[in-house]
Amino acid sequence: MDNNSDQRELTVHIWRSEASASDDDLQPDGAWQTWEVPVRNSQTVLDVVTWIQRHRDPDLSYRYACRVGMCGTCAMTVQGKPRWTCRTRIGTVVDGNELTIAPLRNLPIIKDLATDMAPFFDKWAEAGAQFVPDRNVDQQTMAPVKPDSRARRTADVAIECIGCAVCYAACDTVAWRADYLGPAALNRVWTLVNDEREASPKEHLKAVAGESGCLSCHSHQSCAELCPKHLNPTASIAGLKRKSFLLALAGRS
Amino acid sequence: MTQHKETYRETWAFVLQRLSALVLAPLVIVHLGVMIYAVQGGLSTSEMLGRTQSSFMWPVMYGLFFVAAGVHGALGFRNILQEMTTLPGRSINTFALGLLALVLIFGLQTIRAIA
Amino acid sequence: MTMLQKPWAARHHPAWWAFALHRISGLTLVIFLPVHLLVLSQALDDPRQLDRFLTWADTPLVKIAETILVVLFAAHFAGGLRLLALEFLPWQNSQKTFIALASGFALAVGIVFLLSAFGGVD
Repeated sequence: MDNNSDQRELTVHIWRSEASASDDDLQPDGAWQTWEVPVRNSQTVLDVVTWIQRHRDPDLSYRYACRVGMCGTCAMTVQGKPRWTCRTRIGTVVDGNELTIAPLRNLPIIKDLATDMAPFFDKWAEAGAQFVPDRNVDQQTMAPVKPDSRARRTADVAIECIGCAVCYAACDTVAWRADYLGPAALNRVWTLVNDEREASPKEHLKAVAGESGCLSCHSHQSCAELCPKHLNPTASIAGLKRKSFLLALAGRS
Repeated sequence: MTQHKETYRETWAFVLQRLSALVLAPLVIVHLGVMIYAVQGGLSTSEMLGRTQSSFMWPVMYGLFFVAAGVHGALGFRNILQEMTTLPGRSINTFALGLLALVLIFGLQTIRAIA
Repeated sequence: MTMLQKPWAARHHPAWWAFALHRISGLTLVIFLPVHLLVLSQALDDPRQLDRFLTWADTPLVKIAETILVVLFAAHFAGGLRLLALEFLPWQNSQKTFIALASGFALAVGIVFLLSAFGGVD
């Protein structure tokens, strides 16, 4: 099993928390701890963290589930950028011999690399990012939705989100405005606004207008830059802004 | 209720910011051209006044310019204060309105001077 | 004890730097605007006072400062057009090209202004 073809070792710095988050301090002080980790073929960042937890310090806390880029639980800050660790290979992020791994930014630290995702998902709920079916449509005979219709194609490009919060951690507007809903929730709402089966796309728009919603986005595009699924929340948010703008001019905001 | 009022205000802050930007865009082009033209051979008050008093369009254009710039600038300033300071919302609005007032007062005096 | 928050690595891409330039230029212009208007309005009270100011300002150092302001002005204009297009027109994937074009425009305006300020024929 041990394919020790490579005798190299990687110097890994991992953030260890000294306290859990409190209401007024999301990310309390901690310290970097360093280990040497043997390099393996096709090793991922998550493999490195797991190796340390199994062989060096069972007390190291982190979170993962599927290991194949579907569940969105393993995101961490790798070399200063948020990434999905299960599908980030060492070779793509390590330039030299050092690797730094920290918890996601903008979220409360529970312990070490594990952050509390509750505020992230609470904002999805706040944004009304739930599909509301149109009850006027006959539920028995399914309404056909043409896959190549413009609205469907617009919705389709934004639907593959796995909820990993990489965009949320990368977003400076989230850091600067505590109420800002964030790229993922707004991207989700954009798919609903374009969903032909939705009962009231306008209600979704109204829920995300204003200071905490799409209008605060500055198009930094760090979300689009770092989304592991190559989605573009900035483009989705621009769509929401455009529709909110027209709605306001029409006097219906 | 207050939530709705706040959303309404923020939506209009956004809309006015973009509308003022659309008004400013062509005016900025003209102003850039004037600056490059006027700076040649040095600036003088008589040259400036000679130009602006040659047609009523100059004071009209610059009048529109300072109002749009004041609105656009005050809204941008408000954004920066909201995001980069911990000042309460009420003081931020006061600062932004104060800035707008300064621009409007000095702008009006300037238009009177150049017309 | 070490502080964790070091978001700079995630900001190292053209769109973020374009944002930073837009914010810095916007803040500079918004502070400059009332001062600019105040100085100009003096022409009403006393044209000679404005002329004295203009003579005082006729030095290389002030001209370079003016050029920097002009570059920031042009950058805010071109960057603002880019943002209006980004928000109000269908999404384009060539955002980085637009950022490059906007920067190029600002620099070009700056060079033309600098040449006019120092070597303009009159």
